[in-house]
Amino acid sequence: MSTREFTCVVCPNGCSIVVDVDDDETPVVTRVQGNVCKRGESWARQEVENPMRTIASSVPVRWGDFPLASIRTSRPIPLSKIREVMEEIRKVSVEAPVEIGDVVLPSPAGCDTEVIATRKVRKVR
Amino acid sequence: MNGTKAEVPTVRRDVVVIGGGPAGLAAAVAAKEAGCADVLLIERDRILGGILNQCIHDGFGLHTFKEALSGPEYAARFIDRFRELGIAAMEETIVLSLSADRVLEVSTRGTYQRIEAGAVILAMGCRERTRGAISIPGHRPSGVYTAGAAQNFMNLENIMVGKTVCILGSGDIGLIMARRMTLEGAKVEAVFEILPYSSGLPRNIQQCLNDYGIPLHLNTTVTDIVGKGRLEGIRVAQVGEDRLPIPETERYIPCDTLLLSVGLIPENELTRDAGVGMDPVTGGAVVDDSFMTSVPGIFACGNVLHVHDLVDWVSVEAAEAGKFAACFVREGSCALPSPIPVRPGSGVRYTLPQSVSGERDLTLSLRVSAPWRDRCVVVRDGGREIARKREMRLHPAEMIRIDLKKETVSGCSSLEVTVE
Repeated sequence: MSTREFTCVVCPNGCSIVVDVDDDETPVVTRVQGNVCKRGESWARQEVENPMRTIASSVPVRWGDFPLASIRTSRPIPLSKIREVMEEIRKVSVEAPVEIGDVVLPSPAGCDTEVIATRKVRKVR
Repeated sequence: MNGTKAEVPTVRRDVVVIGGGPAGLAAAVAAKEAGCADVLLIERDRILGGILNQCIHDGFGLHTFKEALSGPEYAARFIDRFRELGIAAMEETIVLSLSADRVLEVSTRGTYQRIEAGAVILAMGCRERTRGAISIPGHRPSGVYTAGAAQNFMNLENIMVGKTVCILGSGDIGLIMARRMTLEGAKVEAVFEILPYSSGLPRNIQQCLNDYGIPLHLNTTVTDIVGKGRLEGIRVAQVGEDRLPIPETERYIPCDTLLLSVGLIPENELTRDAGVGMDPVTGGAVVDDSFMTSVPGIFACGNVLHVHDLVDWVSVEAAEAGKFAACFVREGSCALPSPIPVRPGSGVRYTLPQSVSGERDLTLSLRVSAPWRDRCVVVRDGGREIARKREMRLHPAEMIRIDLKKETVSGCSSLEVTVE
């Protein structure tokens, strides 16, 4: 058993949440305190058992009017997968033109997400 | 300049917006939508979108679009609308001066012209405070950047700024850059904050520092910068209650990069040129509840008016300014006398607008002076309470907004906002 403290980021209230965790093997939440609403509880549970994050980076663009296109995951991915996903993103480069929403990488590291472009890059000439 | 003013090409425009970032875009769109046919936006950079272009992380637009967009995506929504409406934009153009009678001197590569504006909307945003602004002693090597400059290099120019990084200041840009540099393979040693609390949003502390095991040292500042040519290391020390370094606590940290995230300064040179009255606390113009400054026909919105933490509120505020600027052009003046001053009281650092008419609904924006839990923000007319908003959590890093109805404010003689 251990306790962990979080500042809830679901809404601007920013509740200080204290979570009791049974962490014999994979962490399991046994009690959540300090949250004002239900959403805080499920967020805290998720945060301990399988925290999810959206990550952003950028990839090089050939023949573009800008050298980079910014990208992000279309859905959050497990925090523990970020390094693996970043390694795959690092290998990617694309060719202009790039439109917002273009998929530059489908299901990186087996995650249920797509890496999508978040900026338009025009082709030069 | 050789020619006299009479020889300079001069054009007349109805609404001129200075700055093509989130504030300028929303103001221009709203002015056009309010019926002003002739809106011109002037932007210094070669593309529209302003700082959003380099803010590639997500979390923008949660209020406006109910989605967590990246900065470029948020900007694109407004740029698309801007183009749809056929609004004129001059990119790579700088405004050299602005006068109280709303005449702008404008320079584009190789050209120079005067623009006589029916109304002007100031939307120039802000700049970062630099090493010079906070007087860090030591050598002057390369490798010391403002966080936003490093963000620009990394996210727009594809230039990695360093390998071993320390960050001074826990502002949001610094926190975002701690994560960004870590993801790109740098080692971020620590973030140092002189205050006893972080000046960034809690979600950024969690998702940018805690997720990657980057320590945040409060009550700590940089006391020395060491390196010939390239930065070799910094000295940091804890500070006492007087915020002065305690010499015995000083220690040396080797690093090749120091990022500064130590605050933003509204970029108001043009505003001062025009003789606009300024608020020494916000660093921006004094405005009424139509976002008009002390100079008739000159409006201000976004970070040039006061530094925001959420772009959504920049867009909302700028749209109001745009609407009132269009009204000013159409009706000669939409200005209502604004005899009711609004003052920050105990626990409140500033309130905006600084005066109100009592003739329309408005939103008060304010920042508190210290972090608190479970307090009320109270608005009073003399001794009489007219509005109260309970907040579970108040933080100087987070702007508070309170909507006030016309009927509530009407007939008040002066408003004071306090934390209780």
